Amino acid sequence: MIAFWQRLGKSTIERFSSIGRATSLLLGALFSLPNFKKGTPLLVKQLYSVGFLSLIIIIVSGLFIGMVLALQGYTVLQGYGAEGSLGPLVALSLLRELGPVVTALLFAGRAGSALTAEIGLMKATEQLSSLEMMAVDPLKRIIAPRFWAGMISMPLLALIFSAVGILGAHLVGVNWLGVDTGSFWSIMQAEVSFEKDILNGIIKSVVFAFLITWIALYRGYDCIPTSEGISNATTKTVVQSSLAVLGFDFVLTAVMFSS
Amino acid sequence: MSQNIVEIKDVTFTRGERVIYKNMSFNVPKGKITAIMGPSGIGKTTMLRLIGGQLKPESGDILFEQQSIPKMSRKNLYQARKKMSMLFQSGALFTDMSVFDNVAFPIREHTALNEDLIRIIVLLKLELVGLRGAKDLMPSELSGGMARRAALARSIALDPDLIMYDEPFAGQDPISMGVLVKLIKSLNNVLNISSLIVTHDVSEVMSIADHVVIIADKGVIGEGSPEKMLQHESPLVQQFLQGLSDGPVPFHFEAKDYSKDLLSEQSEGEY
Repeated sequence: MIAFWQRLGKSTIERFSSIGRATSLLLGALFSLPNFKKGTPLLVKQLYSVGFLSLIIIIVSGLFIGMVLALQGYTVLQGYGAEGSLGPLVALSLLRELGPVVTALLFAGRAGSALTAEIGLMKATEQLSSLEMMAVDPLKRIIAPRFWAGMISMPLLALIFSAVGILGAHLVGVNWLGVDTGSFWSIMQAEVSFEKDILNGIIKSVVFAFLITWIALYRGYDCIPTSEGISNATTKTVVQSSLAVLGFDFVLTAVMFSS
Repeated sequence: MSQNIVEIKDVTFTRGERVIYKNMSFNVPKGKITAIMGPSGIGKTTMLRLIGGQLKPESGDILFEQQSIPKMSRKNLYQARKKMSMLFQSGALFTDMSVFDNVAFPIREHTALNEDLIRIIVLLKLELVGLRGAKDLMPSELSGGMARRAALARSIALDPDLIMYDEPFAGQDPISMGVLVKLIKSLNNVLNISSLIVTHDVSEVMSIADHVVIIADKGVIGEGSPEKMLQHESPLVQQFLQGLSDGPVPFHFEAKDYSKDLLSEQSEGEY
């Protein structure tokens, strides 16, 4: 019985100290004073590897999800003679939900895992320690540029995902299934609100970007520097950030759209 | 003015419940090559991290140029680190940069020198370690010995007062080892710096060290010149320096009686 309470106490302390370390890492990354001349090339390099290199998977996924949505939506709407509403159906699904959420899940798998593995390996090969010994703060040099690259690129990727998805839906709905192109675009324009739909979608993707990048960086920075430790950390990044995205998506949707 | 660049005073350091050092004291003389030796797993690398301020002792003090490392603010610690450098066992070169950029990295971070001047400094440092011709190679294209020499060039880039070497000879072939031994000696003399080498390659380091510190049993068991150490009366020091398989450090890991163990029945779940 005592052993149980000991285990519980130990795991609680470990959990809280982990939250403390994660918060201190986040604050360190957020409040590192940016040096424009040195910081900009570092940020651009990370924007390339975190954002630009994720473009292909985002575009291809967006295209296919848009095409599938159009096929599924058309089949149902046709039964009511409402196939003209295919445009708003696809646009709202993508802008409000699928754009931010699927992009976030793909981003966690593609960029989040890469960030964790990269930083974990830097730790294992003593590169982080050597930065510290060279009087260079790893939070400023390594963590901060990656954090801001994630925060900037993920919302943009989510917008690209939604836009490509709508084009995919147009390809299937209008070009293949014969929905009227005028009604596809005009009903979409009438139904989609900039503030309620597009802006809320952007807010969602900013929150998801924050969660994924924070979890990925913390897991890499805090990992046990062995091959097993890095592999565990990478798995944790993908699992925890995916769950965090889905959980926060429900909360944000309830706050934004429940009324 | 003190003759010592680093002074370790009554340092106690624990990791979890394991005591690594208990009231340990020794000095690193200025301008000399000091070797810290001892069996594996007694925390030699930990000592370098304590001197570098990456770890803090439970008690005691560590002075670098007469300033207390554990009591320093973060800002002062970073200032102090500009005067010391560390050669890690793996070299710890940044894998996304060429050899040239690795060596230029600390100069670009800490000075406002223009690129022409940085180029000259980097080439000078690379020439010292014999790798000027490898400046455009990436770390993955270097052999283990070359990577360590490139890391050595990076660690002298800012002309530090103290260089700490963490197992510089580990995993090196005889030629690379000979090159590194010669380099450490010549850098110490040419640049007039102090060197602290953590190693258990006895013969290599005894040939160049001016001062030897042997650590075991959570403290210093012998300290002095290499000649003095070879005459040391402690059986533990002698076992270590002569590489004897049995002695105060037993060959056998602690176990129950051999004959009883062989004859006892195999307990359930043991295998």
